[in-house]
Amino acid sequence: MGRKNLWESFVEKLIFIGGISGIVILFLIFLFLLKESFQFFFKYPLKDFFMGLSWYPTNEPPKFGLLPLLFGSFLVTIGAILISVPLGLACAIYISEVAPLSVKEILKPLMELIAAIPSVVLGFIGLMVLVPWIKEIFNLPTGQSALAGSITLAFMVLPTITSIAEDALTALPRDYKEASLALGATHWQTIYRVLLPAAKPGILAAVMLGLGRAIGETMAVLMVTGNAAIIPHSFLQPVRTMTATIAMEMGEIVQGSLHYRALFAIGLLLFIITFAINFIADWVIQRQRRMSK
Amino acid sequence: MKFQRLVFALLGMITFICVLPLILILALLLYHSLPVLKLSFLLEYPREGLRAGGILPAIVGTLYLALGTAIVSLPLGVLTAIYINEYAPKGRLTRVIRIAIVNLAGVPSVVYGLFGLAVFVMLFHFGVSLIAGIFTLSILVLPIVITSAEEGLRSVPMSFREASLALGATKWQTIRRVVLPTALPGIATGAILAVSRAAGETAPILFTCAAFYLPRLPKSPFDEIMALPYHVYVIATQVPNAPLSIQYGATVVLLGLVFLLNIVAILWRMRLRRTKKW
Repeated sequence: MGRKNLWESFVEKLIFIGGISGIVILFLIFLFLLKESFQFFFKYPLKDFFMGLSWYPTNEPPKFGLLPLLFGSFLVTIGAILISVPLGLACAIYISEVAPLSVKEILKPLMELIAAIPSVVLGFIGLMVLVPWIKEIFNLPTGQSALAGSITLAFMVLPTITSIAEDALTALPRDYKEASLALGATHWQTIYRVLLPAAKPGILAAVMLGLGRAIGETMAVLMVTGNAAIIPHSFLQPVRTMTATIAMEMGEIVQGSLHYRALFAIGLLLFIITFAINFIADWVIQRQRRMSK
Repeated sequence: MKFQRLVFALLGMITFICVLPLILILALLLYHSLPVLKLSFLLEYPREGLRAGGILPAIVGTLYLALGTAIVSLPLGVLTAIYINEYAPKGRLTRVIRIAIVNLAGVPSVVYGLFGLAVFVMLFHFGVSLIAGIFTLSILVLPIVITSAEEGLRSVPMSFREASLALGATKWQTIRRVVLPTALPGIATGAILAVSRAAGETAPILFTCAAFYLPRLPKSPFDEIMALPYHVYVIATQVPNAPLSIQYGATVVLLGLVFLLNIVAILWRMRLRRTKKW
């Protein structure tokens, strides 16, 4: 063993530690969310948390009912997905199949720029432009609503859905397209009957990743949804999401209190939901990649 | 054929409409912020409860935060990428690492904030401070750094490594002297994107480093800081009657900074892909 070899094996160990840091950090995040929240699950009845209809953390005794927040997150996210999936799919088809190269080279960076807009900026624009519009159009006391959140989020996740769906379309073997065209199908028939069905798993993954991002989004939603912790009956009502609740309340409470632990419990739940969504989406993408080889 | 032309025109129109808000947002922000967009806005402290003056401490805070994040996340991210691309045997561990990185990228930003609060602010006793914010954001941008560094490493042809190894260089020497320098531009793109992301994030810094208002610039890593994204949030929602021009002004500066970084990264990457010499 020369000095060189010692050095070499030291470096290799260092690189190995770096290599597994991703796993370690992900595990630590889960661990610390659990550590800060598990007392909550003992001190507060599980049933009242998961089935509780009211979130009054400062009442005496406090009520930590998750349902209004869960429904809030759910409603805003579903709305965002309903808007952004058809649009994102249309963009993906246009960019991958229809647009000439020069247009494509402009559109792709533009999509990247949309993805780069900080969420607080979109929240600000939503607050200044979208919220007054919604108030006016639907003649509401306030425009801060689930709908405002859905539209803002839809714009945020559009680039994610577009780029992943586009990847799914471009990754298809050329033979599919050529065989279909050779059989006399038009370009659109080929897209609609051959390419889209073949790319279905990838498109599904795109939708799921969009979903994951939408559920976890915080600032934009916080600024435009009005943050009323009530179970919503329509898109035109103010709602409060899980993420917004953490962001609003964590700054003002005693560390270690039951309220503090309740917010970590919500964080843990968010972590588990997004983890499950991303995990499945990634599995779908990997499986498709293997199959297309 | 006529139907097809109609469908394609429709798709093009939808795409155009989807991208249009980007241009409208820029125009709107610039239009409303024109009254304040002077050098003094960038170089003055806020006054009258954030209702007048400039945004200097927020800009400085965000610059510290973004640079600190790059310094912490870059070495770790590049190490990870080197492991995955150069050392790791293709097998289960590598797959798990990849899955972990993908999932790390999907963790909601506010959850990173909770993690930062539990670990850096409380466990490490950093308090609400610049350094706690830097560490929190470093973890958040790690997947971005890893992905770009990996792309950079992958773009180095195998023959470069083989030539170096054939000349008797060890594996690490090959990586340090041949592979890394060649991959450097790709890695730099990732660094720029990471900086831009760190500059724009709000939720992770809410409880780890951001202060409502500070009359001075941060002097030590353990000081609280003002940060641009948090400042935008504060004057838009927490300060009644803040003048619109100041709200729009702060937003324009933030978006301008983020876009500038991203455009540099995009153009750089385009040039890289085009001028590859091998």
